[in-house]
Amino acid sequence: MPAGQTATTREGSGTTRTADLLASDEFRHLVRRRWRASIVLTAALFVIYYGFILLVALNKPLLGTPVGSGTLGIVLGVAVILLSWAITLGYVIWANASYDPDVRRLRARLP
Amino acid sequence: MQSSLGTPTFSSIAFFLLIVALTLVVTYWAARRTKSAAEFFAAGRSIGAFQNGLALAGDYMSAASFLGITGLVALSGFDGMIYATGWLVGWPALMFLIAEPLRNLGKFTFADVVAFRLRQAPVRIAAAVGGILTLLFYTIAQMVGAGNLVMLMFGIPYTVAVVIVGGVMLAYVLFGGMIATTWVQIIKAVLLLFGVTVLAVLVLAQFAFSPGQLYQATAARYGAAALQPGGLVTDPIDAVSLGLALMFGLLGLPHILMRFYTVKDAKAARTSVVYATGFIGYFYLIIPIVGFGAATLVGRDTIAAMDRGGNMAAPLIAELLGGTAFLGFIAAVAFATILAVVAGLTLAGASALSHDIFLHVVRRGQATEAEQVRVARLATLGFGIVAVLLGVLFQGQNVAFMVGLAFAVAASANFPPLLLSILWARFTTAGAVASIVVGALLSVGLIVLSPTVMVDLAHYPAALFPLRNPAIVSMSAAFVAGIVTSLLTSEPQARARFEDEKVRVYLGVGAE
Repeated sequence: MPAGQTATTREGSGTTRTADLLASDEFRHLVRRRWRASIVLTAALFVIYYGFILLVALNKPLLGTPVGSGTLGIVLGVAVILLSWAITLGYVIWANASYDPDVRRLRARLP
Repeated sequence: MQSSLGTPTFSSIAFFLLIVALTLVVTYWAARRTKSAAEFFAAGRSIGAFQNGLALAGDYMSAASFLGITGLVALSGFDGMIYATGWLVGWPALMFLIAEPLRNLGKFTFADVVAFRLRQAPVRIAAAVGGILTLLFYTIAQMVGAGNLVMLMFGIPYTVAVVIVGGVMLAYVLFGGMIATTWVQIIKAVLLLFGVTVLAVLVLAQFAFSPGQLYQATAARYGAAALQPGGLVTDPIDAVSLGLALMFGLLGLPHILMRFYTVKDAKAARTSVVYATGFIGYFYLIIPIVGFGAATLVGRDTIAAMDRGGNMAAPLIAELLGGTAFLGFIAAVAFATILAVVAGLTLAGASALSHDIFLHVVRRGQATEAEQVRVARLATLGFGIVAVLLGVLFQGQNVAFMVGLAFAVAASANFPPLLLSILWARFTTAGAVASIVVGALLSVGLIVLSPTVMVDLAHYPAALFPLRNPAIVSMSAAFVAGIVTSLLTSEPQARARFEDEKVRVYLGVGAE
C-alpha cells in the first residue's frame, strides 16, 4: 500500500499545497466538528443503552410497573431500539447537510 | 401438538433446494465478474448503499439470533427483550466512530487501517491473528448451530449437515467471491425479514393486531413476571461488561468491517449503516412479538420439550399458524441464514490470510493480481475445510458461549488498535502489537476462568474470574497497553504520516 504518498506527491503542483490545507483553520475546524458530533452522539448512545441496562440491573420493580397493557420495561426496551436508530439517522442528516459541503469545498482547493 | 419438526417434509426440502438453486445461479453470474483482487474481496466496490445495508444486516442477523432470541423471549419473557436491544446498539457506535475513516483508509481488511502508517509485517501478523481468532470462534458457533438445527428440523445427521453447509458456502465464496457472497446475504436478509414479518403478522392476527392484547394473554398464562425483568441481568458490572462486548465487538468483527470496502465511498458507507440499523432494529423489534406469541399459543412446555434452549419456538409457532408449508419455508430460511453467515466469515478469513499475511508479510506488498486471487481461493478452501472440521470436532459441545467469546475478542483485540490508529498521532507499531496481544490473551484467558466455562461447562464450584463477560477488563487493558507502549516507544515516521493521512481520512482524497 502506498501509505502516506497521496499527500506528499501532490505537493507544490497546484493552487494550494496539501500541507497548507491540513494546517488551515478550516480543515482543523472540520476535523474538530466531525469528532465533536461523534462524541456527543456516542455519549447519547451510552446514556440510552447503559442507562437502560443499569435500570434493569438495579431497579427491577420500576421496570415492572404496568404501562398500558405492557410494562415500563417493554416500553423502554422498544425506545432503546427506536432511539438507537434515530441517532444513527441524525448523524447522517448532520453529515449530509453540514459535513459533506465543507469536504467538497476543501477538496476543490486541492490540485 | 403434533409436529412434523425433525422429519424432512416436501415443503422444507423444496424451499431449501429452491434457495440453494437461486443462490448458485447468482454465484455463476458473479463468478464471471470476479477476476481481479478488488472484485474477489470487495465486489469491485460496486455495491450500492441500500444493497450494502441489506448485506450488512444479512451478515449480522444469524440463525442463532433469530431462533435463539425468539426462544429466550418465549421461555423467559422480558429478559429476551433485554438481550435483543444489546445486539442493535453496536451499529450507531460503528457509524459514529469507525465507518467512514475505515472506508477511506482501507482497501480490503481492517488491518489495512491499523497498519496504514505503521510497520507492515508486525502489525499485519498481529491484526490477522486477532481477526482470525474472532472469525474462528464465530464460525464454531455457527457450524455447531447449523449441525444441530438441521438435525432438529430436517432430521439429517449432524455431520452430513455440517458438510452440506461447508460445501455450498465454499461454492459461493470460491467461485463468486464478494459479489456472490454479498448477493447471497441480500437474498437471505430479504427472506429472513419477510419470514419474520409474516410470523409476526400471523401472531398479531390472533390478538386483534394489538401487541397489548398479546402481552395480556402472556401475563394471563404465565403471570406478570413474563413482562418484567427476571434473572438475566442482575450484577450491574457484568451487565455493562456484556454490553461493552456486544457494542464494541461489532466494531471489531472482520466480516462486518470488510463490507464497507464494497461500496464506492465514505458517504455510501455511512448511508449503508443507516439502512442496516433500520433493518436490524426492525428485526429485533418484531422478534419479541414472535417469542411472546410462541409462549402464549404453543406453550412453554411444548417448546422446551423440543429443545431446552427454546430454539424451536419460531419453527413451532410457524407450523401452528402457517401449517407444514410455512414451517418448511422458515426451516429453509434458517438453513440459508447459516450458509450466508458462514460464507461471509470464510471470505473474511481468506482475506486476512491472503491479503494481510501472504501479500503484505510474505511478499512485502509485491504480487500480481492473478497470484493474489489464486492465493485468496486457496485460503478460502483452507478456511472452509477448517470450518467443517471444527464443526465436526465440536459436535455435542455447548458452544453458546462461543459467540460471546468472538465478540469479547473482537472488542478487545481488534477494536482498540483500530480506533487508536484512526484517532491518535502518537500510536506506534509496538503499541498496536501490544494492544492486540493483551486484548486477545486477556479476553480468551478470562473467559476460560469465568463462571461461563469454569462453573457451567467444567462444573467447578466457583470461578477464578467473577464476570461472565471479560470485555470491561480486557478491552480497557488493551487500550491501556496500546497507549502506554506507544508512549514508551517513538516512531517519528508514523507520526508524520498521521498528518498526511488526514487528507484521506477526512476528505477521502486518495481513497481506494
